[in-house]
Amino acid sequence: MKKYTDTGKKDTRSGFGAGLTELGKTNPNVVALCADLVGSLKMQDFIDENPERFFQVGIAEANMMGIAAGLTIGGKIPFTGTFANFSTGRVYDQIRQSIAYSDKNVKICASHAGLTLGEDGATHQILEDIGLMKMLPGMTVINPCDYNQTKAATISIAEHHGPVYLRFGRPKVANFTPEDQKFEIGKALLLNEGKDVTIIATGHLVWEALQAAEQLEEKGISAEVINIHTIKPLDEAAILASVGKTGCVVTAEEHNFLGGLGESVARTLVQNHPAPQEFVATMDTFGESGTPEQLMEKYGLNAAAIVKASEKVIKRK
Amino acid sequence: MSNTQQLEDFITQVRRDIVRQVHKVNSGHPGGSLGCAEFISVLYQEVMERKEGFDMDGVGEDLFFLSNGHISPVFYSVLARSGYFPVEELSTFRLIDSRLQGHPTTHEGLPGVRVASGSLGQGMSVALGAAQAKKLNGDDHLVYTLHGDGELQEGQNWEAIMYAAAKKVDNLIATVDRNFQQIDGCTDDVLPMGDLKVKFEAFGWDVIEIEKGNSIAKILEGLKEAKSRTGQGKPVCILLNTEMGYGVDFMMGSHKWHGVAPNDEQLKEALAQNPETLGDY
Repeated sequence: MKKYTDTGKKDTRSGFGAGLTELGKTNPNVVALCADLVGSLKMQDFIDENPERFFQVGIAEANMMGIAAGLTIGGKIPFTGTFANFSTGRVYDQIRQSIAYSDKNVKICASHAGLTLGEDGATHQILEDIGLMKMLPGMTVINPCDYNQTKAATISIAEHHGPVYLRFGRPKVANFTPEDQKFEIGKALLLNEGKDVTIIATGHLVWEALQAAEQLEEKGISAEVINIHTIKPLDEAAILASVGKTGCVVTAEEHNFLGGLGESVARTLVQNHPAPQEFVATMDTFGESGTPEQLMEKYGLNAAAIVKASEKVIKRK
Repeated sequence: MSNTQQLEDFITQVRRDIVRQVHKVNSGHPGGSLGCAEFISVLYQEVMERKEGFDMDGVGEDLFFLSNGHISPVFYSVLARSGYFPVEELSTFRLIDSRLQGHPTTHEGLPGVRVASGSLGQGMSVALGAAQAKKLNGDDHLVYTLHGDGELQEGQNWEAIMYAAAKKVDNLIATVDRNFQQIDGCTDDVLPMGDLKVKFEAFGWDVIEIEKGNSIAKILEGLKEAKSRTGQGKPVCILLNTEMGYGVDFMMGSHKWHGVAPNDEQLKEALAQNPETLGDY
């Protein structure tokens, strides 16, 4: 199988920060807002270089979403920054009415998504945000897998007109996608070709999927690995082409199996090419405190879980 | 507009438009709409600097955001009669396939509307963003908003009120329709908000009260005063004391007509009190 190398662990939120800093230099219409989490969102470089284009709103996420909507009136491209929990569930109606229904060009940038937020526990570990955001008409939903991809996605969404939910995380994880890889919204990336099972992964689970594919190869199973960084609009053609070949699929995401990537894939298959599917995701549960590794192990969101799900789904063909 | 009579005629026609819109579809909010007919008419006809036509960014002109979107009948009437879209389109209010949704939206492309409103408490935040975009763009025009008084029970307003003063958003004039009424009754019975002047001032705003919020002269005077206080480091608030249902006697003095449409007979009576001036749609 194709080899991927971790060039050194980095957090995806730093990819966001680096992308935002670059946008500060290249796009004068880009503005940024934060609800008292500048350090966590890695926004300081942008602020230092563009103080007049940064809006600290304090701990007031609802107000932040409304201000962001208003800044678009006058041609600005606002990037909001806070944790995923406070970027979605806390402000769902503000996003729904003032941003999505109002067709506002706001980029909702959300860090600390999922279980890997770790020790802060379930109050902050949102596992429902992909579902909340993908249900909003017109909303683009992106969950990049590593530092390089998050940086590229951040830069790319400034060029896309319309509301975007960009989801990333807290921990340092493998950085393995090419630094110069172009980010195309809605375009799946085929990371490894295989014939026995398709593994479709998003976010932090993409690296785990690659590890799983290596382990499966040792067992004589050929796994195709697809990186879906854009959950909406979903690259249905890529999914159908792959599952048409392998005949079964495992989806992997750091999110509830209800409402996440897995359900979007299942819907695509049911409408076009029904096939057995297994879900590597949280099973309708809240998280808890712990280290990211402990939590991913306990809730079954790692390479071992993907291997197990792959073996199971192949038997169901 | 050149004289008071013309402005009065405009407002009388707006009242007719309001009651006719809600009567036709037997739904909508006539009470608050009637109470703000003078204010929104004066704002659009006499006070705001507006460009010809409509573009979303609104650079180089004053902007208005209606936060209490349920008073859409008055907003639509004033927009249509100020030239944003054909007056005839008022006949489509709340009907299927219409751009005139129950609550205002940008989604159907209705000229004059810059954000959806209806879910209460969000308009001031949006207006703040638009006001700050104006500053970034070097555009010295103003941003106006209108809010229901009951709407101030939504917490997001107070986030916005705190932010506006802290960030010295002094190109914003936010008006509160202080009619003391909300759907379930008098605001003082539902959830008293106390002294709004003191509250806004405590948050760092410059506050003006218009005691007679249905008087054209007093509104003109108040808005002129408000404009003169912009650009001085503080956001400006107008507390506009209106009467819900103003101009239709049986709709006045109660919250009962907040969200109820008149029947055929009541429409006739309301229209008789507001004879046709500029021509019905």
